[in-house]
Amino acid sequence: MAVITVAHVRKSFGTLEVLKDISFSLEKGEVLSVIGPSGSGKSTLLRCITNLEQIDSGTITIGSDTLVNQGVYADKTTISRIRLQVGLVFQNFNLFPHFSVLRNITEAQVHVLKSPKADAADTAMDLLKKMGLSDKASAYPYQLSGGQQQRVSIARALALRPQVLCFDEPTSALDPELTGEILAVIKELATEHMTMMVVTHEMAFARDISNRVIFMDDGLIVEEGSPEQVFSNTTNERTKRFLNRFGN
Amino acid sequence: MAKLLWLMLEGTLTSLRIFFLTLLFALPLGLLVAKGRMSKHRIISSLVNGYIMIMRGTPLILQLIFVYFAPYYVLGASADRFTAVIIAYVINYAAYFAEIYRGGIQSIPQGQLEASSVLGFTKVHTFTHIVMPQVIKRIMPAMGNEVITLVKDTALAQTIGVAELFRVAQNAAAREFSTMPIFIAGVFYFVMNAIVSKSFDFIERKLDYYR
Repeated sequence: MAVITVAHVRKSFGTLEVLKDISFSLEKGEVLSVIGPSGSGKSTLLRCITNLEQIDSGTITIGSDTLVNQGVYADKTTISRIRLQVGLVFQNFNLFPHFSVLRNITEAQVHVLKSPKADAADTAMDLLKKMGLSDKASAYPYQLSGGQQQRVSIARALALRPQVLCFDEPTSALDPELTGEILAVIKELATEHMTMMVVTHEMAFARDISNRVIFMDDGLIVEEGSPEQVFSNTTNERTKRFLNRFGN
Repeated sequence: MAKLLWLMLEGTLTSLRIFFLTLLFALPLGLLVAKGRMSKHRIISSLVNGYIMIMRGTPLILQLIFVYFAPYYVLGASADRFTAVIIAYVINYAAYFAEIYRGGIQSIPQGQLEASSVLGFTKVHTFTHIVMPQVIKRIMPAMGNEVITLVKDTALAQTIGVAELFRVAQNAAAREFSTMPIFIAGVFYFVMNAIVSKSFDFIERKLDYYR
């Protein structure tokens, strides 16, 4: 069953077309990595799927709900429902600085899912334990390292039990050591068959965890396939040129 | 001397009423004005911008006179003096507060709104629980300045004959052929502002639990 289906999506910022007829789908339990040079449109694609940007034409379906059908967006209630199905982890975390770690994770459970506070706190503590941050529940984001902040933001997204979790360059703001921390977490989620879509510059990681890889350039999907195919056996000149720069 | 102090305390009470009533109405009104100023509707934002330009671009004393006398010429009746003072101060201070709010709101990183959106918060929840708490912390120093100015601006109310602290002091000075009451009034203002600035220090320290 496809969790995300994207068909013929186009998106322009002014006269600059950043997504040119993008189509792909993401199956349940699958981990999809999206790689490509900066400005290739991969983050924009993710932002369209999470409804932070609106597309100009095309269709996006999440689970059984259609977010946008041939350029026409669903009504507000449907969009709110869809929104909860898709979690997003940002490059620069975007934790709420005035909330404790615990409240960062419980706020949406309580106010959006309407879970009782105690249940929300239990869920949050379970997730923090999983992230190795049980002792940080009452800390504030500024007291944490970048890697810890990113783990909290992953917990915050997971707390809503999304069908799919999207990552927008989750390690780009971190040093190599902290990057390893986050990659380990994502890898663990992959072994639990969490459906994930990861926009990343970490080639070795993408190769390691993905079931499928999409290489984007200039608003187009240049190549799509298994990690072996894209990283080792590609015949596409553009893909080769891009990967060579990473020493692949 | 005791009688003089008693009179001045009465004047101070009027000054304090002006002060608190102005804050009570201008603080929320300012937020509304800031929202209007940031509105996507061109007409609303330029109208509000015009209002802010007039309020900040002309003397408060003139606005005070206008609010008191203009209705008399147009409608043949004026609001009572004290009400006129409150109206003038509120619309003037709301304009200044609005610009402080706007600066604060626009300084909140876009990522905070995006995270709120992805988590499914309503616009109202995002504004009241995510944006405003952070705005309040950021605007405290600027608000402190403005509130201290308000304490001193209450002295202008005498222009349309409201007997606040400074008018009482001036009257006493004239009666007793002494400048002493005016200097005593100065001490009164200083004490009030010392309390205001200590209060702001206190709030800023309270909000210092995060960065």
